[in-house]
Amino acid sequence: MTLLRLSGIGHRFPNGVEALAGVSLAVARGELLCLLGASGCGKSTLLRIAAGLVAPTEGAVEWPEGRPREIGFVFQDPTLMPWARALENVALPLRLAGLARAEREARAEAALAALGLRGFERALPRELSGGMRMRVSIARALVTEPDLLLMDEPFAALDEVARMRLNDEILALKGARGVSVLFVTHSLLESAYLADRLVVLAPRPGRVAAELRFDAVPRGPGFRATPGFATRLAEATAALEAAS
Amino acid sequence: MTERLAPVVLGILVLLGWEAALRVFAVPPWILPGPVAIAEALVADWPLLFRSLLMTLRIALLALALAVAAGVLLAVLFAQSRWLERALFPYAVILQVTPIVAIAPLILIWVDSVPVALLICAWIVAFFPILSNTVLGLNSADPNLRDLFRLHGATRWQTLRLLRLPSALPFFLAGLRVAGGLALIGAVVAEFVAGAGGAGSGLAFRILEAGYQLRIPRMFAALALISAAGIAIFAALGWVQRRALRRWGTSEE
Repeated sequence: MTLLRLSGIGHRFPNGVEALAGVSLAVARGELLCLLGASGCGKSTLLRIAAGLVAPTEGAVEWPEGRPREIGFVFQDPTLMPWARALENVALPLRLAGLARAEREARAEAALAALGLRGFERALPRELSGGMRMRVSIARALVTEPDLLLMDEPFAALDEVARMRLNDEILALKGARGVSVLFVTHSLLESAYLADRLVVLAPRPGRVAAELRFDAVPRGPGFRATPGFATRLAEATAALEAAS
Repeated sequence: MTERLAPVVLGILVLLGWEAALRVFAVPPWILPGPVAIAEALVADWPLLFRSLLMTLRIALLALALAVAAGVLLAVLFAQSRWLERALFPYAVILQVTPIVAIAPLILIWVDSVPVALLICAWIVAFFPILSNTVLGLNSADPNLRDLFRLHGATRWQTLRLLRLPSALPFFLAGLRVAGGLALIGAVVAEFVAGAGGAGSGLAFRILEAGYQLRIPRMFAALALISAAGIAIFAALGWVQRRALRRWGTSEE
């Protein structure tokens, strides 16, 4: 069951720089696909193309089962409205969809609670830590109960502990809601941990260099210490080295 | 606390030195009056000066209000249409760079009512900082947030109201603070050009009048009132700015 298929995507910026060339990949329903690559290999552009925010100069974005009603997008920065409280930030997509205040607030509260932010509904972004801001941002992406979650290096600015914890939470949320995730990262550890499938991009112009499918094993806080994880990491590292 | 008191202490020392120097060198008050003579004039002429102060303030504040209305409205229009911005912005710049003293005589010829002419002059100078800052602010919205609004199918109106106007607020308020001072200057300069007299005169005319009559202390008293009015406007707008931006957690001093 393919949710999203990118076929032969090429993109050239107006300044002539070729960001992507002939990228084809598919995201299956309920799958977490990691896009791994060095900075400047067009990962973010590919994600924006998938979201429909950028029209590719070549190729096509296809939705075999129809474009999902809701897509969630998490940026590299929390990208919150500094003047709005956590609850208002999370409720924003519902507000844009025209939902009544009572309903959107109830759903935003539930989304915040799912990210462990119960009690912080009234907090302003500046009153929260970097990790908490990112949780608000993820809650905002999940509040519409999207079929697809697009994440653009969401944890790149966080410390290792916060990042590991959020990685676990992403897997838990994915398991609980059956949401498909296209996860862009430049972190080997993160991709080896999260991915059901891993696509390695080679830079300038961005193109698919390798694709790894990992065994479906349950992951959790202890998984990083297992030989299974070490094998994944070694495979991912080898693929990334070969690509760059 | 000592830092806050520093300007007060300095001011008192300067006033004392000023008064002492005048007495030591026996400078006559029609050359340079001392703080005491100025204060006496301020008290003696208070009814007259206060009426003029209200007149000048009324024009400055009304001009500021109209500048806010026109500046924000035009900025929002510019934000909706890049074409309109390209077409009109150069003329707003021309309005800004042409000295108000040079335009004021023309406006006084074209407009019969002196207060209305003064209002127009003050409006012209106060308008531009509001317009340019608000345009800048409306375009300063986080590009990722704009993408997010697009992704969720926001309408133009939603994007304006929920994203672009709030993003513009800090810029608008900084412009407002500049415009407040300029509105007062515009009102005073235009009145100097008009040189109008009568019951409805503002402080600038009191300065001219006192100059003709060689009532130099009154001249200084009127000048002090203009300064005080300018400081009051600046401080009041600063207070508005800090209150409105509390959520941003930044105080732009």
